[in-house]
Amino acid sequence: MQKLGYLWDTFSKGIFKENPVAYQVLGICSALAVTVQMKTAFVMGVALTSVTALSNLIISLLRKQIPSNIRIIVELVVIASLVIVTDQILKAFYYDISKQLSVFVGLIITNCIVLGRAEAFALANPPLPSLLDGIGNGLGYSLILILVAFFREFLGSGKIFGLAVIPQSLYDAGYSNMGLMVLAPGAFFVIGFLVWLKNCIPGISSEQEGPNQ
Amino acid sequence: MKFIKDMLDKAAPEFAPEGRFSRFNALYTATRTFFLLPSESLTRAPFFRDHLELKRFMSFVILALIPVTLFGIYNTGLQAGLAQDTGQGFISNWVTGARIVLPIILVSYAVGFFWEILFATIRRHEITEGFLVTGLLFPLTLPATIPLWQVALGISFGIVIGKEVFGGTGRNLLNPALTARAFVFFSYPGSMSGNLVWIPSIKGLDTAVDAITSATPLAVSSDQGHITQLLADAGFTLSNLFIGTYPGSIGGTTALLCYAGGLFLIITRIANYRIILGGILGLSLTAILFQFWSDAPSTWMSAGPILHLISGGFALGICFMATEPVSAPGTDMGRWIYGLSIGSLTVVLRVVNPAYVEGVMLAILFMNIFAPLIDHLTLKYSISKRVPNA
Repeated sequence: MQKLGYLWDTFSKGIFKENPVAYQVLGICSALAVTVQMKTAFVMGVALTSVTALSNLIISLLRKQIPSNIRIIVELVVIASLVIVTDQILKAFYYDISKQLSVFVGLIITNCIVLGRAEAFALANPPLPSLLDGIGNGLGYSLILILVAFFREFLGSGKIFGLAVIPQSLYDAGYSNMGLMVLAPGAFFVIGFLVWLKNCIPGISSEQEGPNQ
Repeated sequence: MKFIKDMLDKAAPEFAPEGRFSRFNALYTATRTFFLLPSESLTRAPFFRDHLELKRFMSFVILALIPVTLFGIYNTGLQAGLAQDTGQGFISNWVTGARIVLPIILVSYAVGFFWEILFATIRRHEITEGFLVTGLLFPLTLPATIPLWQVALGISFGIVIGKEVFGGTGRNLLNPALTARAFVFFSYPGSMSGNLVWIPSIKGLDTAVDAITSATPLAVSSDQGHITQLLADAGFTLSNLFIGTYPGSIGGTTALLCYAGGLFLIITRIANYRIILGGILGLSLTAILFQFWSDAPSTWMSAGPILHLISGGFALGICFMATEPVSAPGTDMGRWIYGLSIGSLTVVLRVVNPAYVEGVMLAILFMNIFAPLIDHLTLKYSISKRVPNA
């Protein structure tokens, strides 16, 4: 029972309390770049979750074989191979989205979340928790990405998943889309608001709850 | 006065820390100090020789802004009347202007005040008068045709992101009024720039907002002729640009009253003269430099310092926004650098970047970000100049 609780903690930490974007502030670059539309954000989230999960699993399995002085190289080899496979799959089956994501799938290699989890968790923990940690962090990243993309697409283009949701009558009444949301700073503001919101919710807040608070 | 004082005194216990409404103490204090001077006196150093507190500080800025606002109202009515050949007259201009401008100012104050009270109540700090300035400055930077809901969104962004997330008045990194304007500018470029937004239609006032085409002086450009001539052809003579009777943002057109307000703030020592003078100097020098190198006589590059000084929102920006003490540097040398940089950046943005016709907003916001760095460097420089006490 205790084991299960530990596994659940490992998994959920990455989603809420130690969310990679909102708490560790990693992966911000792609969170700005691919969140103009929900579709691309969703695919990016799936791609990153699978890469993080698999790289964590593989590195955790190899953790006793990897010499510590060349561990970054080994980790990068694993991650790079996984990213290339992901990229090829996207190109083969979802060519349009792969076009829109352009270089950002390839850049998952440099996404700090993947390497960060491999370094911080997978090298020191058995395969199952590592896998869960990878999935948790990937989902945490996807959650933020999709939320940011939701606000940016909804406010910036009046659409959700490419479907126009704001009726024409509202536009006729004088409403207009918020251009700022389509620009990269819009993502910064939305991420900022999400971090603020996260720190206002007691259960998942990462602010210290000392006696002074 | 006696009546108000009695009433406030009677209500006081309810707002004391153990009273029923202790949560709304901020609201009570704000109301009380609005009518009465605070009765507390200082018991230990530092003592003030003059009772210059935040409230008076801010009310002087408001005082300096009143002529600008009144002129803005008049000019809005005047431009609307001129463009549509409807009733021309001193009184009717005022009435039309007031009908267009007052709702914008009211919305800005009402929505801003809501956020101010909300944060003061939740965070239990006082409602400060800084907001009164922000709430008036922001509408003055807008075109008269701005939809009211965009005013509401803009001031919300300015107050919350520009000020309250950093901890409220006195802790803001950026000027809140300009933050609000930048938000509207980038979010709704269609209602902030172009040739359609500057003159409201009077006939359409009761129904839909529609607008009449008119270029602001900064948007005037052509392939031939000299810029001074082009401006004169378009109806922008020097005197007219100086006084401000041309289409533009509500309070930004009148260089005369803005500089007069700036002078008033310098004399009352509310604004630091180094920033304003530095700004004017930086703008003039850069404009001369561009004029000297310019190979395109028909653009603003060859306009020269006088034209740059009196057109666009520079006067409003440098006198009222750059001088905001919180977001400006705190050292004297730093203030010179800050002012000079704002002035010269404004010209650079105006003439080099074709995407933005007016550069003063971005110049001030940009230098706001650099203010702490300027302070740090000037302090280090001063320290390095000290003679070691050996």
